[in-house]
Amino acid sequence: MLKDQDRIFKNLYNDMGTDVKSAQTRGDWVNTSDLIAKGRDWIINEVKDSQLRGRGGAGFPTGLKWSFAPKEVRSRPHYLVINADESEPGTCKDRDILRFEPHKLIEGCLIASYAVQAHVCYIYIRGEYFIEGQKLQAAIDEAYEKNLIGKNAASTGWDLDIYIHYGAGAYICGEETALLESIEGKKGQPRLKPPFPALIGLYGCPTIINNVETIAVVPTILRRGGKWFSSLGREKNTGTKIFCISGNVNNPCNVEEEMNIPLKELIEVHAGGVIGGWENLQAVIPGGSSMPLIPKEKCETLTMDFDSLMAEKSGLGTAGIVVINKDQDIIKCMARIARFYKHESCGQCTPCREGSGWMWRMLERMANGEATKDEVDMLGDVTNQIAGHTICAFGEGSSWPVQGLLRHFKKEIEKRNNLDPIVQKRNNIPYLVDQHLLDKKNA
Amino acid sequence: MSLRRPAKNQPKKFEFNSSSMDEAKKIISNYPEGKQQSAVMALLYIAQKQNDNWIPLAAMKHIAKLLDMPYIKVYEVATFYSMYNLSPVGKYFVQVCTTTPCMIRGANKLVEACKEKISEDENMLSSDKSCSWMEVECLGACVNAPMLQINDDYYEDLDKEKTIEIFEKILKGETPKPGSYRGRLNTEPENNRKTLMDVKNA
Repeated sequence: MLKDQDRIFKNLYNDMGTDVKSAQTRGDWVNTSDLIAKGRDWIINEVKDSQLRGRGGAGFPTGLKWSFAPKEVRSRPHYLVINADESEPGTCKDRDILRFEPHKLIEGCLIASYAVQAHVCYIYIRGEYFIEGQKLQAAIDEAYEKNLIGKNAASTGWDLDIYIHYGAGAYICGEETALLESIEGKKGQPRLKPPFPALIGLYGCPTIINNVETIAVVPTILRRGGKWFSSLGREKNTGTKIFCISGNVNNPCNVEEEMNIPLKELIEVHAGGVIGGWENLQAVIPGGSSMPLIPKEKCETLTMDFDSLMAEKSGLGTAGIVVINKDQDIIKCMARIARFYKHESCGQCTPCREGSGWMWRMLERMANGEATKDEVDMLGDVTNQIAGHTICAFGEGSSWPVQGLLRHFKKEIEKRNNLDPIVQKRNNIPYLVDQHLLDKKNA
Repeated sequence: MSLRRPAKNQPKKFEFNSSSMDEAKKIISNYPEGKQQSAVMALLYIAQKQNDNWIPLAAMKHIAKLLDMPYIKVYEVATFYSMYNLSPVGKYFVQVCTTTPCMIRGANKLVEACKEKISEDENMLSSDKSCSWMEVECLGACVNAPMLQINDDYYEDLDKEKTIEIFEKILKGETPKPGSYRGRLNTEPENNRKTLMDVKNA
C-alpha cells in the first residue's frame, strides 16, 4: 500500500477543509513563484521526467502535449482548457478534486498556463456538478482576493484569469474538440483532427486541454521532483492515481493508490471485498464503461496500469472500476451501458448514431432471450462497423464494451438465445438481410 | 441520441429581468470580444432559472438577439444538451441515475419509489404539480450509488425507504439535507478506511 506521505490528494475525503489556509498547510501555494522562476523548459522537462500520462482516459504523456504548444506567442493568444466534464460511468474522481482540493487544481492551472504561455484558462465542468462548480468558484474568488491568480499571479510576474464554463449534460463534451465547440457556444460535436487543438483549438487559437487530475498533480510533481513521481509505479506507468471502486463491493470508495497496484488488492483491501466473497465475482470493468470487461480468472493477477491492461485488450481509461458479481445479469449490465451510449451519441457520424441504438436493442433482446442464433455474430459485426469509422473515439468507446462481452461471455449469450433465424437461407433473399453480411461471404 | 421537443404551450414574451441581465453581462465579459456566442449556454441556464426551470422559445429568441447570433443556433444548443428543460418540470425536479454502476446497486428501487410517490410516468407532474422525475444517465457519483439529484443537490447512498422519506419531505415543500444517507464521509470507504488515518484522527 502507498505510504500516506506519498499521497498527493491528502484532502480526498475532506477531513481538513478546502480554503487557502488549510491548502497551504498541505503544501499548496507555498513556493509557487520559485517553481515558475525556474523557467518554462525546466517545468516541461520535469513533467516529462515524471512520465506523467493524462488522467482523462487516453493516457497521453502530459509533458509531450505541453511541448506541442507553439514556442512563441504570435497574433493568436494561447489558451489552457481544463476538462472537468467527468461523465464516464464508474468515474467520480474529478468531483472530489473540484470540491475538496480546488487549490491544487488552481495552482496547477497557473503553472500549466505559464508553461504553455496562456493568460486565460477555462475550466469546463459538467452541468450536473453545479454545487462542485460553486465550490471551485469560491476557491477561485479566494485566490483572486489573495492575489494568487489575476495580475502578477502569486508574484510570479505572470497574468492569469480563470473562468468556469458549465456544460449541460452531454457526455460527448468530454471529447476535447467537442468540448471546444461547446465553449464556443455550439452543439458539442467533435471536430476532425488534424488540425490538432495545440495549434488550432479554441477560437482557432493554440489550446492545451488537460484533465483535472493531470493538472492537479503537477504542482506536487514539481515540488518533489519528477524523479520521485517516476519512482512510483513502473516504467511509463508512473505515479499515483485516484481509483474509483463502485458496484458490488462492500465498501465502494475513491482511493489514491500507486499505479500498477494489483486489482485484487484494491478490491479486497480498500473496497472491503466483493459482496458474497471473491468467489462470487463475475467480471470487472477496469476503467470506466468504455473499457472492455475482464472476467474473474484474469482479475486474480491483474495489475492496474495503462500497459498491462492494454495487454489484456482492455484499458485503464479513467480508472473507474465497476465490480460485477454473480448476482447480476452480465448481459443486462452491458445492455444498460449500450443504452447510455445510445443516449449520448452526438449524432454526427452515421455508424455511431445508428449503430449505438442497434447494439442496445439487440442486447436488450439478448438479455431476455429473444434473439436468434445468427444475431450474436451480427452484433459483433455491428461493433466492427462502428469502431474506427467515426470522427471521434466515441465509436470505439461504445463498441468496446460490447466486444468485451462477446469475447468473454459469448457462450452465455448463445445459451440464452437459441431461436432459429426467421430467414433461414438469407443468401437467396438479399433485400431481407444486411448487405454487409453478404459482402463478407462473397469477398 | 436523445429526442427532445419544445412544449406545445409557449408564452408569447420573455425578457431577462434586471438581475438576470446583470448576471448575463458578467458572463459575457468572461469571453474575448466578439466571441459572445460562448455565453449562450450560461444564458440558457439563467433563462431556465428565471422561468420556473424551463426554457420557452421566446427566451431563445431573446438570447439570440442579446448575443447577436441566429435564433436557430440558440435553438440547436438548447435542443442538443439534455439539461435544458424545453417543457415545464416540477419545482422539485428529481433525476434518478440508472446507469450500470447505480443499476447494480439497486437504482430500480429508486425508480419504484418515484412511481409510487411522485407520478406514474417520467416527466409527468405529481398530483400537486410540485414535483416531476426522470431517469438520467450517469451523474458521476458512482461510488455513492444508488443516488439521485433534486434540482442542484445530490442525495447519495440511498435505498427505497430513504428515498420515500426524501420524497415525503419535498412533497411537503421542505428541502431535505443533501449528501450521503448512510452517514459516511463523502467518498471514503465506510468503516473500512485504511488511508490518511492521521488526518482523520487529527
